[in-house]
Amino acid sequence: MASYRDYLAWERLPHLWCAGCGHGVILKALTLALAALEVPPDKVVVASGIGCSGRIGDYVTTHRFQGTHGRTLAFATGIHLARPEVKVICVMGDGDAAAIGGNHLIHAARRNVDLTAIVPNNLNYGMTGGQFSPLTPPASISSTSRQGKAEPAFDICHLAVVAGASYVARTTVYHVTEMQKFLQEAILKKGFSLLEVLTPCPTYYGRYNALGEAAQMLEWLNRSVIPLARYRQMSGDEARYWWRGRLVDREAPDFLSRLKGAG
Amino acid sequence: MVILILPAKTGKQRHIAIHLDHNLCKRCGICVAFCPQGVFVTGDDGYPVVAATEKCTGCQLCFYRCPDFAVEVEVDK
Amino acid sequence: MATFFWQGNEACAYGAMAAGARFFAGYPISPSSEIAELCSRLLPEREGIYVQMEDEIASLAAVIGASVGGMRAFTATSGPGFSLMQENLGFAVMAEVPCVIIHAQRFGPATGIATAPAQADVMQARWGTHGDYQMLVLSPSSVQECYDLTVAAFNLAERFRSPVILLTDAALAHLRETVTVSDTPPPRHCRPQPEGDSALYRPYAPGPDLIPAMAAFGDCYIQRVTGLVHDEQGYSSSAPAVAAGLVRRLQEKILLYQDELPSPVYTGPEEPEILLVSYGISVRAAQAAAQRAQAWGHRVGCLRLRALWPFPEAVIGDWARRVRAVLVVEMNYGQLRREVELAVAGRCRVSGVNRYDAEVVTSGEILAALTKS
Repeated sequence: MASYRDYLAWERLPHLWCAGCGHGVILKALTLALAALEVPPDKVVVASGIGCSGRIGDYVTTHRFQGTHGRTLAFATGIHLARPEVKVICVMGDGDAAAIGGNHLIHAARRNVDLTAIVPNNLNYGMTGGQFSPLTPPASISSTSRQGKAEPAFDICHLAVVAGASYVARTTVYHVTEMQKFLQEAILKKGFSLLEVLTPCPTYYGRYNALGEAAQMLEWLNRSVIPLARYRQMSGDEARYWWRGRLVDREAPDFLSRLKGAG
Repeated sequence: MVILILPAKTGKQRHIAIHLDHNLCKRCGICVAFCPQGVFVTGDDGYPVVAATEKCTGCQLCFYRCPDFAVEVEVDK
Repeated sequence: MATFFWQGNEACAYGAMAAGARFFAGYPISPSSEIAELCSRLLPEREGIYVQMEDEIASLAAVIGASVGGMRAFTATSGPGFSLMQENLGFAVMAEVPCVIIHAQRFGPATGIATAPAQADVMQARWGTHGDYQMLVLSPSSVQECYDLTVAAFNLAERFRSPVILLTDAALAHLRETVTVSDTPPPRHCRPQPEGDSALYRPYAPGPDLIPAMAAFGDCYIQRVTGLVHDEQGYSSSAPAVAAGLVRRLQEKILLYQDELPSPVYTGPEEPEILLVSYGISVRAAQAAAQRAQAWGHRVGCLRLRALWPFPEAVIGDWARRVRAVLVVEMNYGQLRREVELAVAGRCRVSGVNRYDAEVVTSGEILAALTKS
């Protein structure tokens, strides 16, 4: 039986993430998911981008690829097409996936490339000092929106669904069991899967928006999400919450199958 | 490391070991705040301390929630 | 031996197939699109992959990913697309990922004239991405050389674990000429493979020629690739000593072995008085002008550069001792002339024949310049 310990580069710990940052919880859930699925470390590539979550590859025993900012899914498309037997798990923060990498996300989902995309969404750019991202809720205070963010946010999960992803879900690091379950489903899914994980950044987003320390932020996240079925029945109050759950889980031919079929 | 011996509901003995690694702990307070049984308190140095050993049910929530790989709970069934 | 009547773009695509390339990712752009079109047909026939990405940034990214997956991978583009590729070009340098970029230069800056030739991206090819690095750049001057140097580009990419740029232009890309192809496949240089205990593998530990053995994703040797400064294990580091060691090795792994690159080719009298230095499509006018001048009794020779970067400084320096003047023939405002001036270091006169009006240089213009030299 594989253990989550087999997937962690223990000699690299402690990791560089701040106290209370949820990225470590996501890393743990990923290692637990890989152990549960018994995928050998040499048949996994953890591909990441730039920013706090981009450092995840420094702490795993699997193959590791860290590309340029926003381009993870484009690199991963090449990796997957060259080595389809290897599970490529992409980790991209909210700025990485939704801003600079938004176009690559749309097209990786459209092609339905057999990749797993994890988007740890800490609601800001942490590594560069807490600037707002496309996924930062409107009116939030950040390093670049001291009077409140003027722009609206968008739902990256719905974007992925419309673009063509086979599996899309959202949870939070508060919901640790659900996170691991969704991760396993996403990894097993043939085709493009995306899991958004809301996660606290106590250092910037939490402080700027007076949400308290790590534990209070986790409680705040828990209060701020509504299960998808219940969320869909809301009328008028939706804007104050995130939904959580499995948005889509469907069968569609993945990119490589289509390529080989056409060839 | 604290080793507890708990009387389980079945009457059988359960051995539970809670490992806390100060080299990895960043004192975020999550284990203290979220333990459903109140097993942990915050020590004077800010690190969590296992204070109510007998209350641990081995639910592992502290393990799952710890962002720093600093808590492990070993349960011998 | 077989002969074909190919255009430059076709010769590049067939050269890539002969070199063992099995992955192409690209984005359509004039005047390179025929390479993508041909690859979309040739690669599926060879169990290879053609993928059309959402832009040139993604194209080079996919190429890099496939290369770390163990495939020989390449892309083709032109000016604006080449600008977009600079980001991941630097990544390939830093992460030491073999790949080939065929760049059919067109008239710029910006969108410029999409179908007109220029040789104005010589410096961009050298310095386009940020940081301190060496770049391998080849420049064919005939359709035959498009084929031959594409093969060479793949071998150099594998040999040096580096991106290699093949610099053509809109004229050469669409020029049709006879190409002779050998029946035996060209010799193939492969990236060094890890050996021994997989637990001891360090992805960026230099080999004897400073090149680290390269595992592919999925091998039992765990590969760690990053564009961050990294140690020999492939873990990110911001230690000054690690940064300095890495930059030095990236430089020296190429500079110490520069003589493995295709060397400049000289044609003309044994003791020329005037040397024409040229590359790419302009070589043809330079050679014609030299022959005409020789027929008129002048001692004019022509040096055809096949590798532009690293610049063949020593060769140019040697020639500078032997000639009275050097004339650099190129289709830009004088980009490589400055590099020649540095190599000549005052030992003879250097001037340029430059065209920057979206037309190719003619031998007449060169002869006119020669009369003034």
